[in-house]
Amino acid sequence: MTWTSDELMTVNAARALAGARTCFVGIGLPSAAANLARRTIEPGLVLIYESGTLGSKPSRLPLSIGDGELADTADAVVSVPEIFNYWLQAGRIDVGFLGAAQVDRYANVNTTVIDRGPGRPEGRLPGAGGAPEIAASCGKVLLVLRHSPRNLVGELDFVTTVGHGDGPGSRARLGLPGAGPVAVITDLGIMRPDPETAELTLTDVHPGTTAGQAVAATGWPLAVAGDLRVTEPPTEAELTALRRLAQGAPDA
Amino acid sequence: MAEIRSLRDAVAGLVHSGDTVAMEGFTHLIPFAAAHEMIRQRVTDLTLVRMTPDVIYDQLIGMGAARKLVFSWGGNPGVGSLHRFRDAVENGWPRPLELDEHSHAGMANRYVAGASRLPFAVLRGYRGSDLPSRSATISTVVCPFTGEELAAVAAINPDVTVIHAQRADRDGNVQLWGLVGVQKEAALAASRVLVTVEEIVDDLTPAPGAVVLPSWTVDAVALAPNGAHPSYAAGYTVRDNGFYQSWDAVSRDRDAFLRWMDENVLEEAR
Repeated sequence: MTWTSDELMTVNAARALAGARTCFVGIGLPSAAANLARRTIEPGLVLIYESGTLGSKPSRLPLSIGDGELADTADAVVSVPEIFNYWLQAGRIDVGFLGAAQVDRYANVNTTVIDRGPGRPEGRLPGAGGAPEIAASCGKVLLVLRHSPRNLVGELDFVTTVGHGDGPGSRARLGLPGAGPVAVITDLGIMRPDPETAELTLTDVHPGTTAGQAVAATGWPLAVAGDLRVTEPPTEAELTALRRLAQGAPDA
Repeated sequence: MAEIRSLRDAVAGLVHSGDTVAMEGFTHLIPFAAAHEMIRQRVTDLTLVRMTPDVIYDQLIGMGAARKLVFSWGGNPGVGSLHRFRDAVENGWPRPLELDEHSHAGMANRYVAGASRLPFAVLRGYRGSDLPSRSATISTVVCPFTGEELAAVAAINPDVTVIHAQRADRDGNVQLWGLVGVQKEAALAASRVLVTVEEIVDDLTPAPGAVVLPSWTVDAVALAPNGAHPSYAAGYTVRDNGFYQSWDAVSRDRDAFLRWMDENVLEEAR
């Protein structure tokens, strides 16, 4: 079978949920990955959406975080204050899965404004949504976005959501309870924070991609792990499940 | 006690130019019919409050009804940008838009404080984020019991909250279910409350997980079948995802947007 680079990204993002019990799901790429994980590697995964659904089991990929099917198939539906206070802030959720517009070398995230240079107004992005507290309070965080120097930048124009702050020890100093980002999955490969420096390091490339391509598509001098791995090609089962999801076909 | 009124009379009586207005509904039960009536009545200079501005505020902002927006996520869910919101913020068209920007957790807790008639709410939030540098309604407070520093967010108490619900009875008791979002808190935080409903019934039969707002917490109930479209009312309608996708092209262009509003919203008044 053949596949696209976006499919490589989503399949690997889904695999990153292996072993997770509960996942707070952002809309877009994270939702596609989390729903794919529930159909492949982690069928018991509890999907939690900020619209207030606990244990959603949609048969199709939702367009928004508030599609009716998310509530209709949930184990419980709660109010928005409750989902953030009793469930997220209380530390009950294993993994937060987020998309991003801009990410820096410490996996901090900007989804607020883009600096377009002198004399031009700031470019407006949607804003924070649930991300600052999802990244603070979930046990760990996964990020998924396309790899480009526009998205992976040397310096953020605005820090919306803290990943590893300005490096080792930052999260503890800020009093952020969760472990923070453990992987950034892109269409070229996977970056993980270095255990010593907390700086994102290329640990995996997807089949057919070189480390050089990933380095060239990164806005800071990206470190490459000595034992760089190549991700396993997508299986037929993964691709079939993903394409059914993307087409809006009901669960097989 | 809530009065059952026409939507036109209810908006005229309860929503005034210059008000702080919260129109809530987290993707579900968004009160579009009421917003369209506000646009037809040329209500303006509003401070609009909503966690997710969505297409409903894209329309109000694009029509020049708002001077300020208080929010936490301003996108077209699953589609992309809200182009009228962006045009107002980036280019001041049709008028400049002041922002007070939060996270979802912050906004939800601001409503909780408002409903509780407390001056602020406490949460573990915003730590390390640049958001507090741009907002006068985010600060910190030290816990008197543990010494932990926590985020404090100012209460939201709208002049008027507008929501859409599945149904009300003839006494004006309101019932909503499905994704109930932050509507109860937004209603109880406000000075005045307007609820549009799919249906007015003799008896409110219990529904699983339903929120009931007793008649004495609501000022007016107005019948507005399909009044959440292109959002939806669980049990009555489904979300019109095609509309949200098509809004991208309509709203990208100022003239196309104005034409759409003229043909689909203002026309009804003539």
